[in-house]
Amino acid sequence: MLSTVVFWIAAVLAVAGAIGVVTLRNPVHTALSLVLTMLSLGVLFLLLHAEFLAVVEVLVYAGAVMVLFLFVVTLLMAGVKPPREEHHLRLAYQTLIAGLFGLILFVLVLHSLVGAGWVGTLAGPQGGSFGTIASFGTALFTRYLLPFELTAVVLLVAVIGVVVLGREQE
Amino acid sequence: MLTVILIIVKGLITAVLLLAAFGVMTWLERKVLARFQFRPGPNRLGPAGVMQFVADGLKLVFKEEIIPTAADRAIYLLAPFISLTAAIVAFAVIPWGPPLHIFGRTVPMEIGGPDIGILFIFAITALGVYGIILGGWASSNKYSLLGGLRSTAQIISYELAMGLAVTGVLLLAGSTDLNTIIARQYHLWYIVPEILGFIIYVITMVAETNRTPFDLPEAENELVAGYHTEYTGLKWAMYMMAEYINMITVSGLATTLFLGGWHGPWLPPELWFLIKVAAFMYFFIWLRATLPRLRYDRLMAFGWKVLLPVALLNTLATAVWVAVAR
Repeated sequence: MLSTVVFWIAAVLAVAGAIGVVTLRNPVHTALSLVLTMLSLGVLFLLLHAEFLAVVEVLVYAGAVMVLFLFVVTLLMAGVKPPREEHHLRLAYQTLIAGLFGLILFVLVLHSLVGAGWVGTLAGPQGGSFGTIASFGTALFTRYLLPFELTAVVLLVAVIGVVVLGREQE
Repeated sequence: MLTVILIIVKGLITAVLLLAAFGVMTWLERKVLARFQFRPGPNRLGPAGVMQFVADGLKLVFKEEIIPTAADRAIYLLAPFISLTAAIVAFAVIPWGPPLHIFGRTVPMEIGGPDIGILFIFAITALGVYGIILGGWASSNKYSLLGGLRSTAQIISYELAMGLAVTGVLLLAGSTDLNTIIARQYHLWYIVPEILGFIIYVITMVAETNRTPFDLPEAENELVAGYHTEYTGLKWAMYMMAEYINMITVSGLATTLFLGGWHGPWLPPELWFLIKVAAFMYFFIWLRATLPRLRYDRLMAFGWKVLLPVALLNTLATAVWVAVAR
């Protein structure tokens, strides 16, 4: 009962946040909408007993990535006014096309979910070690070791790239 | 249903206790600072001026609310709430005593005890940054904005070293559950094998709570009061509450991870927890009375070039030790 209530609150907030990201005008407001969506997703993960994933969603995405987004946005936005209406009108065409593609994507995702029989079940795999930090770690360092390490290398390359590119300016 | 009611009651009690602790802390800090500086400090209201924080609170409640005309109203009003809420919620998983046995039920002292307790604290405190950066931005004041940006950069940088310092303890305990970590320290506090981790944690915990010598976000000689320059009355008080409650939370976490939590001889465990946390709080005040503020570039360089590598090495050494011991 309680989990159904929590699910609906989190689900509505997640969608509301997502809509806010594409409709709000002020970059800081859109960034905050995205944070709202991420927090709601975290709650949804908790409902599915994926505790570790829920905390990582909040810690990494809401707590670190979006803070950096806001950092850049507030830094660059200082004294800049949000885009005016005429600018918006020029993009009216795009809104329509984007909406159309969004709808197609939504139908496709829904179709594949219904096909897989995942619609209508709220409870995730219950009990056992599912979603715990131990099972997550074991999977990461045994079955998915190679992809995990490769991702780490890619990230390292990106970090070094940023340092090198940043240096050349001086 | 009883579980839900119990959680709500425990949540209320914890929140009220934390806010009361904030009140007492403001008085204590002024008193102790005064002793450091050879002056009496507040001494008008009540014995030794102990009622001073009530007077301060009343003053702030009745103060005129001023919202800057250029401010982003909604976010300006929201920001202090984010800071305070994050500060109070983060404390929820810290066990401040052994489980109670009443009416045939076992009631843990913490509000919720997920086995990812420690990650929960990090996740929630990470959200507290929003209060600072948004408050700084929404005020439409360059000093506020700079204070907010500084704070964000500082907290993100020091969070890494803090997380790595804690990793050593997690490796030794083999668990992320705070109760298990406390239980494993029954014979030996983790401050002994993890002394390096403890030192790193203490440095980063001062930086994370924006306290002297790392209080760059509110450096008054260059940024007025930083991110809360434009805040008055209760909203300003909420930022202060968030800062002090964050201090209590990081102290509680330090106690739990390195000083054996509520374990201790003779005295009741809750009192032991209080004593250990109080020692950290005194340390915070002591630092404020003793050390000058760091320069901002040195602060960042120290975080990235000293703390982070040392914390990484410490984690590596602990991991090797744990692997060999097994």
